Amino acid sequence: MASLKDLRNRIASVKATQKITKAMQMVAAAKLKRAQEAAEAARPYAERMGAVLANIAAAVSGNDAPPLMAGTGKDETHLLVVCTAERGLCGGFNSQIAKLAREHIRSLLGQGKTVKVLCVGKKGYDVLRRDFAQNIIDRVDLRDVKKIGFENANEIARRVIGMFDKGEFDVCTLFYSEFQTVMSQIPTAQQIIPASVPAASDAADASGADAVYEYEPDAAAILTDLIPRNIAVQIFRALLENAAGEMGAKMTAMDSATRNAGEMIDKLSITYNRQRQAQITKELIEIISGAEAL
Amino acid sequence: MADAFKFDLVSPERLLVSQEVESVVIPGTEGELTVMANHAPTMTSVKPGVLTVKAAGGGTERYVVFGGFADILPEGCTVLAESAVHVDDINREDLARRIQDAREDVADAEDHETRLRAEDFLHQLTTLEGAIIPA
Repeated sequence: MASLKDLRNRIASVKATQKITKAMQMVAAAKLKRAQEAAEAARPYAERMGAVLANIAAAVSGNDAPPLMAGTGKDETHLLVVCTAERGLCGGFNSQIAKLAREHIRSLLGQGKTVKVLCVGKKGYDVLRRDFAQNIIDRVDLRDVKKIGFENANEIARRVIGMFDKGEFDVCTLFYSEFQTVMSQIPTAQQIIPASVPAASDAADASGADAVYEYEPDAAAILTDLIPRNIAVQIFRALLENAAGEMGAKMTAMDSATRNAGEMIDKLSITYNRQRQAQITKELIEIISGAEAL
Repeated sequence: MADAFKFDLVSPERLLVSQEVESVVIPGTEGELTVMANHAPTMTSVKPGVLTVKAAGGGTERYVVFGGFADILPEGCTVLAESAVHVDDINREDLARRIQDAREDVADAEDHETRLRAEDFLHQLTTLEGAIIPA
């Protein structure tokens, strides 16, 4: 049985932990709000980009399609861009993404394909390094980035496209966590090269017309320029969703940690009070029986 | 007074303008063009330059855009800018940094085509710098 002093120390330490988790939860809540705003601000661009892309893709016939859209025609080497958070303490957020990526890698390896992995964020790298160290080609560190800007995404996109141009892979899939609500983030795999283009009919609804466009310069040239941008936009969206998801997951995790600490404090306080009471009773008995003996 | 139409200027980070305007001057890669209501459907890429918006209620705003696309329809116009800022908010350091980046791109270009493209971009940026810095 722990002594009263031990119990007191225990309670003090759990209380300190609770304060920390509480603070972390509040920080996460504030950051979540900012991340959500950023994700929302980026939405109009992504939507319009999708509409424009669909319009243009419909105009350019299949043969003229740039390789980024048509693919290399092979399905041998896969590049997986796995986006995770830079920090832990956010529940199952990182491990969920890593798990999805791991399953994907296993099934691709099982089919005899070559797999290359580009990790964005430290946590995914830490997990995947254990099993697939030889597949990981590099990692992108966003640790020093306070607010994810389009520049960050663009850099990653440029790298991916550069690799594609050199023929280093055939298919590129992006792994990230889709932000649903604060409570739930859904790990998602999205193929970005060859680019899948939204159906033209949706785009016609969005832009209000399936008008015959004049292109300046010609449609193929615009498309060649547009697709790399679209890839950057997709990556940017993934990073933003991830940032919002991470904060959401962290908030939930820290909330339950705070609650657990509270429960633990209650339990420890009850034990402490019982023991204190028992000791007082014991002392009383000693005094009374001492007095009776006289 | 000319008819008003809907104009949106969006960058990946945010929506900068969404309002009824009278005319917009877009720095297209093939030359500047002024868009007014009922323009023929046109899609053009945009080079770094100054975009001038004449609001329906009067008043003119100028924005610096760094490349992108314009999607022009009779009933509205959307500019998807890679990056855009209001002329008043542009700062020299930022522009200088972009030019520096572009110079490095030219130096790093591995084949002729990418070098040509990078040089074009650098040239457009320096022209832009000349156009807005003294102002």
